[in-house]
Amino acid sequence: MSQNIKNFSAEPIVRYRNVTKVFDQRVVLKRLDLDIMPGEKIALIGPSGSGKTTIARLLMTLEQPTSGTIEVNGELLWHMQHKGKLITANEKHLHRMRSSIGMVFQHFNLFPHMTILRNVMEALVHVRKIPKPQAQQRALELLQQVGLQDHIKKYPAQLSGGQKQRVAIARALVMEPKILLFDEVTSALDPELVGEVLDVIKGIAEKKDTAMLLITHEMDFAREIADRILFTDGGVIVEQGTPEQIFENPQSPRLQAFLTRFLKERQYGLASETAAAGAE
Amino acid sequence: MDLFSLELLPPLLSGLKVTLLITMYSTLVALALSFVAGFARLSRFRVISGTAAVYVELFRGTSLLVQLFWMYFALPILLDIRIPAMTAAVIAIGLNYGAYGSEVVRSTIAAVPKGQVEASIALNFTPFQRMKNIILPQAWAMMLPSFGNLQIELLKGTSLVYLITLTDLTYQGMMLRTYDISQTTAIFTWILILYYAAATLLTYVIRLAERKAAVGRG
Repeated sequence: MSQNIKNFSAEPIVRYRNVTKVFDQRVVLKRLDLDIMPGEKIALIGPSGSGKTTIARLLMTLEQPTSGTIEVNGELLWHMQHKGKLITANEKHLHRMRSSIGMVFQHFNLFPHMTILRNVMEALVHVRKIPKPQAQQRALELLQQVGLQDHIKKYPAQLSGGQKQRVAIARALVMEPKILLFDEVTSALDPELVGEVLDVIKGIAEKKDTAMLLITHEMDFAREIADRILFTDGGVIVEQGTPEQIFENPQSPRLQAFLTRFLKERQYGLASETAAAGAE
Repeated sequence: MDLFSLELLPPLLSGLKVTLLITMYSTLVALALSFVAGFARLSRFRVISGTAAVYVELFRGTSLLVQLFWMYFALPILLDIRIPAMTAAVIAIGLNYGAYGSEVVRSTIAAVPKGQVEASIALNFTPFQRMKNIILPQAWAMMLPSFGNLQIELLKGTSLVYLITLTDLTYQGMMLRTYDISQTTAIFTWILILYYAAATLLTYVIRLAERKAAVGRG
């Protein structure tokens, strides 16, 4: 089913098999099958409530699948062997599995009681057990990479939204995950701050061989950096393909409608967004 | 009549010493119980959270005075032991304010935004590290104003211990009054001043702690 353009020769690093997630009798994800190849950049687009975020949250172990399995590096994420039977993973298993996954959140979720530098260092020191001087060195490098080397002694409350999100990206990157999840990372930002964050992500996408799963409403951005785009609606992947296939030649009526609406919104700006929402 | 007659001060100060000692010990007991019971209430094991809930409701729902009497007069008979008045006072006051304090601990931990927990899971902190490094420092900053209130309440609540024979500030005042009833106004004026001074000192200490805990969020 993979329609990757790049030749990803290795085994998939993530494998969703028949994954369903139900919240209070509401099915948010229906029998999802999805492979992510090492280093692959995937953009997830689709209307709100289409299950995009749940796909990422299941992988980050923030939600447990109702049924189905997820494999990371060929090993089950949410399950483990116990006396010959598959049981729900315990914290120890999840802890080991999580070391290859990182996530950046819509609302940054920086630790407000720590300086910028400590936000980035903290997990290196306590999770990866790297001695403080080295951890600080690594954190400084990452903060430099996202252009915040002059703000390391500040607290999150003293930064702009765009700066906060760049810190959050540095904080996730410093752990060197093999898969990095971006959950609508520009949705909470003022429009003029979106660019600086997208630029940082583009830089990472070009330089790093980290696999990336980007949930986004920024279509141009998705088109520019993604190897593959998935369109989800109603808890299923309706359509997937290269950016060209998705944007130039959408097959399903739902994707066509979604893209038309998006184009209209862009044409008329924010004013029509409310109108479009009202017209539905 | 001299409203600030200084000769009253030595006996009152020795009473104040007892008051402050009881305040200190029962604050330590109350603080420890606040965290134990507060965490217990958040436990996913019903037995643990249920036990803590019963403790909290029992000690919030009955009066401190009755708890003091019970601890000092009733319990020794029941168990056939002797409990020194000081110990009884510290335990009763500690249990009583610990019940209130545990609600502060429980509610502030629950009030730390969910995103903080999720970020610390994403960074692969262990559950213990999540609590110690991320959640507690933020909850602590929210606890302090309420703890400050309880601390002052506790200080004033110690005035009940004179009813179980302890010679605290209030007791000393009552005794002085029996020697010379004409001094009543002066005695109670001094008591007011001394309680107020002690409360102000405690408030100041808590303010310092609050300021320290609020770094970065100004």
